[in-house]
Amino acid sequence: MIPFVRRAVLIGLVAGLVVAHLSLVGLVVKLDDRDLITRLISLGVMIPIITAFAAGYIAAGPRRDPETIEPSAATAVLSGAVGGLFTGLLVAAMTWLIDTVNVHGVLVNASPKLVTTLHLGLDPLPGSLALVFGAAGLGVLGAAIRVLPAAIRRGVLTGLVAVSGLALMQTFVGQILTGLGLKAVNTFLYARDGMNIAGAIVAVVAFAIAGWAWADRRDDVRQRFRSLGTAQKTSVRLVWLAIAVAILLTPPLYAGSFLSQALDLIGIYILLGLGLNIVVGFAGLLDLGYVAFYAVGAYATAVLTSPASPFFAPHINFWIAVPLVMAITALIGLTIGAPVLRLRGDYLAIVTLGFGEIARIIFLSDWMTPYVGGAQGILQIPPPQIFGIDLRQPERLYYPILAACVIAAIAAISLARSRVGRAWTAMREDESVAEASGVNTTKYKLLAFSLGATFGGLAGALYAVRIGSVFPQDLNIIVSINALALIILGGIGSIPGVVVGAIVLVGLPEVLREFSEYRLLIYGIVLVAMMLLRPEGLLPNRSRRAELHKGEGEGEEGWDEAVWEREAGAETPEPLIT
Amino acid sequence: MGPSVRSRPRIKFSTVLLTLLALAVGAIVIIGAGLTITKGRYSLDVWEGFIISGLALGAVYALIAIGYTLVYGILFMINFAHGEVFMAGAFTAVFAAQALADEGLVASNPVLAFSIVLVISMVTSMIVAVLLERLAYRRLRNAPRLVPLITAIGASLVLQYTFRGLYGAGVKAYPTFPIFAGTFDILGVKIAVARAVVMVASVVLMLALYLFVERTRTGRAMRAVSESKDVAAMMGIDVDRVIVFTFAIGGLLAGAAGILYTLIFNQVSYSMGFFPGIKAFTAAVLGGIGNIVGAMLGGLALGLLEAVAPYLVLDGYGIPSANQLKDVIAFSVLVLVLIYRPTGFLGRKENT
Repeated sequence: MIPFVRRAVLIGLVAGLVVAHLSLVGLVVKLDDRDLITRLISLGVMIPIITAFAAGYIAAGPRRDPETIEPSAATAVLSGAVGGLFTGLLVAAMTWLIDTVNVHGVLVNASPKLVTTLHLGLDPLPGSLALVFGAAGLGVLGAAIRVLPAAIRRGVLTGLVAVSGLALMQTFVGQILTGLGLKAVNTFLYARDGMNIAGAIVAVVAFAIAGWAWADRRDDVRQRFRSLGTAQKTSVRLVWLAIAVAILLTPPLYAGSFLSQALDLIGIYILLGLGLNIVVGFAGLLDLGYVAFYAVGAYATAVLTSPASPFFAPHINFWIAVPLVMAITALIGLTIGAPVLRLRGDYLAIVTLGFGEIARIIFLSDWMTPYVGGAQGILQIPPPQIFGIDLRQPERLYYPILAACVIAAIAAISLARSRVGRAWTAMREDESVAEASGVNTTKYKLLAFSLGATFGGLAGALYAVRIGSVFPQDLNIIVSINALALIILGGIGSIPGVVVGAIVLVGLPEVLREFSEYRLLIYGIVLVAMMLLRPEGLLPNRSRRAELHKGEGEGEEGWDEAVWEREAGAETPEPLIT
Repeated sequence: MGPSVRSRPRIKFSTVLLTLLALAVGAIVIIGAGLTITKGRYSLDVWEGFIISGLALGAVYALIAIGYTLVYGILFMINFAHGEVFMAGAFTAVFAAQALADEGLVASNPVLAFSIVLVISMVTSMIVAVLLERLAYRRLRNAPRLVPLITAIGASLVLQYTFRGLYGAGVKAYPTFPIFAGTFDILGVKIAVARAVVMVASVVLMLALYLFVERTRTGRAMRAVSESKDVAAMMGIDVDRVIVFTFAIGGLLAGAAGILYTLIFNQVSYSMGFFPGIKAFTAAVLGGIGNIVGAMLGGLALGLLEAVAPYLVLDGYGIPSANQLKDVIAFSVLVLVLIYRPTGFLGRKENT
């Protein structure tokens, strides 16, 4: 029991530091403007709430010492309480310090507003007490979730997660409900700013019951699907496919202009992710200058199609320009790739980063201004047309972007399963072994690099027509980092992972404008956290996962020292005499 | 190379390409320099100015580069966030500098004031570097090579935007130290005092580091760990402690570099670390990564190239505002060195 409590203190203090960090960088106050449940809980307040809850949940978990020890229910709840309590104590200490010492001149976000937000709007003393005991209570709740039976736990968590999602995505869900003609549901769930209390309660209960029911029956449903005949299985799959197609094809009809813009951007980043995934995920080459191909694609489209291109303006049709653009980027991929692909992994990363920056600086320089417009960029890129219909509106542009994504995804999947894909896997896992077994690594590296470049060029072309202009300032390293972060979040080498990564890392910040300032902070946290805790990503590719967890028992852990020791241990030769 | 079946030696396509590329780069540089010199647009004084500012900037790069090289020598990882370690010190110490200027200490006792600011910057950078190692890199010590690199990129973003959140997004200015204003002459060459201070301070710090690594027990332990972690551990060296020490020293030097950088550019912001960080990495590669003296030479060489090459090479072709392209030159140097001589000037054989 004592070791559990000692660990809980540590977890609580770390959780407190997390809250302190997010408070002092200004995220808590910034997100306080956004109500999740109208006039009751803001998104900013959710930061300490979730952290204290998570501290309780983690503190109540099993301890590895080095054997796994499960706590008793009482110990778990006590540990949860201690974890939450220390989270609260550390945050309360911070608010007290901010109140007594004036540090506002240095730490711009250590403001009285931060203190009031964390004190839930109360006076200092009752506020800090509410903070400390509230956090302890949340810790108990977090621990209690662990103690509950699995099906009920799943139900409760589903309810909480779903209602947070509904509240977060208010603009999105509201728009869709209105678009579908369900205005009554919309007004029941949502006030002008945040969810109605009644709506939130109904939603929690509904989703909790659904989650519990599904957790209870999941195995039965799977069992029944397995016992079906082949023909029936195919028809079930066809129904699912039809539903998926319907969901993919219809959003522009009800989503409205703002959401369609977000969807278009997600689509472009899915394309970028799919392309970078070929280079990083399939071939194992870390390319940090991927934006260069995106930039070249966007600029090539601008020069070829825009009448305002300053130097060379053939003003050709978008559909003729696209294959040309893809060919140009593939060629540039080959030219850049040929000299640098001999370099070892980490050097390659830095060199490609250099190329990305070179592309941006050159497009921006006075030297190139007469040819590509410099800082003023190239304007008046005409929208693509189909049968004389202008696809300028985001709702219409959605379809070519969707088509490009589907084609690219199919291409990526078939590549991964082909001979080429197997060569990439062999090369990624061990280059010298691959070479020894007859894989021409230079050729396959070049192929990966130029295929990735082609996808990037296509994404750039769509980006150019989406905005209708290109500016060098927008084509910076952040695009590369963004694409990298989304494939790492989703799972390196995993195609569904790219889609999920793009929706989370590109879609969410579009819908939640409050995050925009902290977007890169969050990307950074995602990169570090994923590498430390779950390097294979949310939706891992199976072989990649195995590579990252060689010699591990069941996965789920990060690069734990124990894991690596175990691996090292496994390499010691077996005694010859047994 | 295994026994070849064909008798005719095969010339590989990539070798041809690389040779052509090398010839092209050489021709561009020589013709450009020739054109500039024949045009004679810049007088000798101007060139002297370029060289002095290049050396001062190069000294700063060298100090940062040592941080990369020390860490790479021991862990074989590129600490991509090292540029942010450099930023953290200078960006934090600006508050101390402003407070000291308000108190009048900068005017009344400039040496003391400068020392206080310098120490604050060095200590802040050191703390950031050590935390980085402890929280992010330590668990990844045996992970596949790209994993720590991606972590370092993430850590770099986290640090940049944390400091932006803490201190604000705006640019902050250092107060001017009156003792560093003005210029003086050596052998007929006019040198700004601030630049001379930068160069002298860097040389002193680098000498101190060199003596530390060569003469002290900890320095010897560091060298042993960089030869082989396992053998060093068997000899009773606490490898974890040595690695923490390495990050700490890299941080201290980066913090000092941050203050020296402000003597040249005067301004600090959360994004100031990115370019100097990459340049310093380039310098470390140029000198031979893992080699301390190489980092020093590489830093000076890169600073010099960056200051002189835009005018010497590009101006000859009549490229407008050639100075805008100085970062392109730095990156091209990085690419070319990595392609043709990845071990740099003084690099040892790579033990991967």
